[in-house]
Amino acid sequence: MTAHTGTTGSPTGPVTPPPAAAPGRPDDRSPRGAGDGGSRTSRGRGTARAREGRAAWILAIPFCLLFLAFTAWPVVQSLFMSITDTRARDLRKPFSVNIIGFDNFTKALSDPIFRKAAANTAYFVLVGVPLTLVLALAAALALDKGITRFRAIFRLGFYMPVITSIVAVAVVWRFLLQDPGGLINTVLGWVGISGPNWLGDPDWSMPALIIMAAWRNFGTAMIIFLAGLQAVPAELHEAAAIDGANAWKRFRHVTLPLLRPTMLFVMVTTSIGYLQVFEEPFVMTKGGPLNSTMTVSYYTYQQFGFGNYGLASAMSYLIFVVIAIVTAIQFRLLRERT
Amino acid sequence: MSVDTAPRRVAKPRSGMVGSSQGGKWWLYVILTVALVAVVAPFVWMVLGSFKGEGELRQVPPTWLPESASLDNYTQLFDKLSFGQFFTNSIVVAVVVTIGNLVFCSMLGYALAMLDFKGKRFIFVAVMTTLMIPGVVTFVPLFVLVANAGLIDSLPGLFLPFLVSPFGVFLMRQFILGLPKDLLDAGRVDGAGELRIFWKIILPLCGPALATLGILTFLGSWNNFLWPLVVAQSEDRYTLPVALALYSTGQNSTNYGLLLAGATVVIVPILVVFLIFQKRFIEGIATTGLK
Repeated sequence: MTAHTGTTGSPTGPVTPPPAAAPGRPDDRSPRGAGDGGSRTSRGRGTARAREGRAAWILAIPFCLLFLAFTAWPVVQSLFMSITDTRARDLRKPFSVNIIGFDNFTKALSDPIFRKAAANTAYFVLVGVPLTLVLALAAALALDKGITRFRAIFRLGFYMPVITSIVAVAVVWRFLLQDPGGLINTVLGWVGISGPNWLGDPDWSMPALIIMAAWRNFGTAMIIFLAGLQAVPAELHEAAAIDGANAWKRFRHVTLPLLRPTMLFVMVTTSIGYLQVFEEPFVMTKGGPLNSTMTVSYYTYQQFGFGNYGLASAMSYLIFVVIAIVTAIQFRLLRERT
Repeated sequence: MSVDTAPRRVAKPRSGMVGSSQGGKWWLYVILTVALVAVVAPFVWMVLGSFKGEGELRQVPPTWLPESASLDNYTQLFDKLSFGQFFTNSIVVAVVVTIGNLVFCSMLGYALAMLDFKGKRFIFVAVMTTLMIPGVVTFVPLFVLVANAGLIDSLPGLFLPFLVSPFGVFLMRQFILGLPKDLLDAGRVDGAGELRIFWKIILPLCGPALATLGILTFLGSWNNFLWPLVVAQSEDRYTLPVALALYSTGQNSTNYGLLLAGATVVIVPILVVFLIFQKRFIEGIATTGLK
């Protein structure tokens, strides 16, 4: 503890020189290895550096090994698998597979069910992302500027669906969506609407999943919007109000431009998540009825289940490519005007 | 709606926003309350339904409060379907995964943020790149790997692939970057070894980041369902979501009371954890932007 004060410049030790004396030891200013005390020779500093490197690697090794085995290797392996005809029975003899080039990719792209799944996924993303974002932004605006009391309770309640298990949620929602007798159609009945057979009707199954996904995910986006809204200074709003801007104009011309980075972030993360939509159809509809809720991720999983590992890998890379493209486009569109 | 509010702030439509933002608008409370009820209703209905009998659950129109509340569903769940075992599996996997992430991710996060070493940049770029790769890409090879290692249907097979996460490293590195570097020099002057500095000086300061990472990891593991679904093949390896998913599509798929009780058992523990840590949790979400 004695030498401590010298380096940190803390004024506690009366014997040590004040912070101003620090420049007197020029090696204290050097970026690395300075902490070993000025008395060391340059050779001593070299070993300190080596020691630092060694320590860093000791700290890094456990992560790196696990990461190599369970993330990096599978990524590479998946790329290799996608150009082979690997099937489940090849598991034990990995050298018996044949390299078939891009056959898996062309096979996937010409498969009518895969195309249907791609269209369904697009539907889910194009409707689901705006719906989720609008709900989230509305809730965030209301909680940020509209009300002053009970904020925490509303925030907590809106966030609750996010933390719950999709499997458990599905049990409840399948029940709520029942026709007849489900809670949702009962409530719709009160206002004179006869609700559809949500999960049994190919036209309504996807909307049902989209509503459920929006319900489950808008809380995350809301929290991030709330954080973004903190950065919008109240004075700007007041100034605009004095200038005669109404609430909508203030939102449009003050809040929205300042929220653009947050918007980009939320949109990108939500889109990435929704492009991979898998759990909702898996637990709610198994892709049915009539493949109306078959998504690309779910179809990929099915191919994996059938043992078509090569084909499934190719499909997963197609998803990855689409995600990369969509993300790039969103960055372009939203960044341009900032 | 706006017609109703007009008399409350007559004569000053321009400064209305400023004035009303102090007290809040009553109709906003109404809308928000309706929305809150709509969002929370499924949970309330689930918990209430788990105490109902089969007959009452099939009633049209549905009831809210159970006519004759009973714990039958729960006793059946734990006696007949060994949900106690599934619960234990879920806890064990989630705790091991959480500890693994806290330890390994903070170690590398510290090395990346504060230390200088060969290969640092390479590791960082590699880890960050995989952050963007969707889980479905690694799924098949991961399964092949775990199968070849003979870990299918074992607890290690359930947790080993998740012991580290690129996201965890990112989170810890960003946090540790914000700590003063003087701490290191101070520790070195004191003669503390590099690892000791990490353990004794840096880690105790990482409380907020560790809490965020811990909660997010535990939650993710508890709710994780696709991986355990394919790896856990015998009943005594099931985690709660796996058991619930299989029962809700299998032989018990029409036993609604049982399923609602199962759903409650999956959701309520995590809700309790969430309510205890919610402040830190929401701060974490806001700063990291990930769930």
